Amino acid sequence: MPKRIMFTMGDIACAEGALSAGCRYFGGYPITPATEIAEWMSQRMPELGGAYVQYEDEIASITSVIGASWTGVKAMTATSGPGVSLMLEAVGLAVMTETPLVLVNIMRGGPSTGQPTRGQQGDVMQAKWGSHGDYQIIALTPASVQEMFDQTVQAFNLSEKYRTPVFVLADETVGHMRERLVIPDKKKLKLEYRKQPTIDPSEYLPFKPDDDLVPPMALFGSKYQFYATGLTHDERGYPSDKEDVQIRLITRLNDKILKNADKIIDVERFMLDDAKIAVISYGTPSRSAKKAIRDAREQGIKVGMLRLKTVWPFPEEQVAELASEVDHIIVAEQNMGQVYYMVKAFAAPTPIHLMTKPAGMPQLPNEILDKIKEIKSI
Amino acid sequence: MTESVHVLKHPMTKYIREDRQPWIYCSGCSIGIVTGMVARAIDNLGLDFHKTVVVSGIGCTGRTSGYFKTGTYHTTHGRAIAFAEGAKIANPELEVIVVSGDGDIAAIGGNHLIHAARRNIDMTVVCINNFNYGMTGGQFGPTTEHEKYSQTSPRPIGNIEHPFNLVKLAASSGATFVARWTAVQARRGTRSIEKGIKKKGFSFIEIIGACPTEYGRMNRLGDGLAMHKHLLEVAEIQNGLPPHEAELDYEKRIVCGEFVDIEKPEYTEVLREMQRKLKE
Repeated sequence: MPKRIMFTMGDIACAEGALSAGCRYFGGYPITPATEIAEWMSQRMPELGGAYVQYEDEIASITSVIGASWTGVKAMTATSGPGVSLMLEAVGLAVMTETPLVLVNIMRGGPSTGQPTRGQQGDVMQAKWGSHGDYQIIALTPASVQEMFDQTVQAFNLSEKYRTPVFVLADETVGHMRERLVIPDKKKLKLEYRKQPTIDPSEYLPFKPDDDLVPPMALFGSKYQFYATGLTHDERGYPSDKEDVQIRLITRLNDKILKNADKIIDVERFMLDDAKIAVISYGTPSRSAKKAIRDAREQGIKVGMLRLKTVWPFPEEQVAELASEVDHIIVAEQNMGQVYYMVKAFAAPTPIHLMTKPAGMPQLPNEILDKIKEIKSI
Repeated sequence: MTESVHVLKHPMTKYIREDRQPWIYCSGCSIGIVTGMVARAIDNLGLDFHKTVVVSGIGCTGRTSGYFKTGTYHTTHGRAIAFAEGAKIANPELEVIVVSGDGDIAAIGGNHLIHAARRNIDMTVVCINNFNYGMTGGQFGPTTEHEKYSQTSPRPIGNIEHPFNLVKLAASSGATFVARWTAVQARRGTRSIEKGIKKKGFSFIEIIGACPTEYGRMNRLGDGLAMHKHLLEVAEIQNGLPPHEAELDYEKRIVCGEFVDIEKPEYTEVLREMQRKLKE
């Protein structure tokens, strides 16, 4: 497929990103404001020989995605907060059985039914801590239509590489905004595919990791036999209630993300070189922050932004480094403060100022500018 | 001089992970028999075992998948059918078999059962119904009969609720093949599992089983042997009976047989036709 240019919305860019990444299975359930992804997929998937399947609920949707992934097909689902709440048990299953999949959350106002047609960034902690037990997750936070495409491709790459579920956490504003989208030539896209075993089937241990802590993944229908279970299992995949098996397994599952965090994490440093004040933001509020920072610079205020394109694993080193460079950090996010607590954990003792707005309209540029000026006057 | 003893291997051993023996099941449990029925059905049909996928949910029957020596998956509670749908749709070449219990399939997973049947996705669901949640210690479930005792339906009344009749449920949800047997009718049950696997559509086979450790003990139904003898006594074969007449009264009459065997367009075939049409 040669390069294409579209004027489209974030949700559709996300769907096109998934298709370009080679996704050929979508299991979903309609929910505002992620419905456009499902609608686009219902049309495009069969054109490309893939499947769009509409399930009875979000639980079936994500569990079917896990099933599809074990056949070797790249698979995804897309939903919003209420749907994610239902899917979280299965996220744990995907973590435990090391199943690559992409889960798109177009974040809307919550809690509960909240404001379905309005944006919020209230699900950042949910993505990390929502399923039970100790685990790591990867979550990407796009801020434009182009990034909805690019980071969905990246989400598939990371899920395949590390055999793990990956979240695309986009606020509703990003999902529904319309912008120019450039879909690159297929040959120019770098795509990852999960490792598959090459050793003799009689010697295959389904959960024995390579040096990168990721085990090669056998597929249904292959000559390899395996048992994958959400129970704690040894390298053979067999359930075990032994303490050492539990410690070894969950340590590896955590380490395969944490020890590769430098390869996973993506941030944008915007006008930070001489900054005394830094804004930390992601998604739609980061767009307002850019305008505010340019305006503040015109008024002679040395301010910049660390924009998080990855929120999980958390960019702790980047935040710690930033804290050593600036006098003040403002965290601008569209919730009551979630990334704020992570920044606090790694930026202390640099003063951290939270600028929340748990409502449909993100912080406006002039509001962020006022906050910058207020901090400057301290 | 040492005497060598020739150990006869079970003919179905080739399908079973011997290194996972002994089974976790209690003595007198029916799940081992049904595992054998599934293995024999696979063997009789000469299925390519590598292309066969066995999926189960949580509970005693939920452990069945892990004993089969092929691609097997142990899902979260109730989600075996949903997982199986994804696998089958993503790769229709696979022969997908779900083996799980009544609680897993009809309570927490009931929504997936009725909708997979409605969609008519080609898979075979073998549901072992032992009338209670065995693994958690014997609580009442969606198939526990009215006024029967369990750890959560104590005396003097017993179960306040009423049970699902799984044959009626599957048939009215649109399953294209529906059968019921008891664990004692192993040959007939095996034949129905074979038919279910061969059927291009959603097949549901209920096997009535015994849980002497929990359900049997609490309702004074005797040990495993006594319970299986009882199943044989009350089983009444009525092949071809309309599914809405397939009654189940544990004490007196368990109607067994094949009740539904119909044709209708199967999901993955229709999807492939759509893909073909869009290519043209």
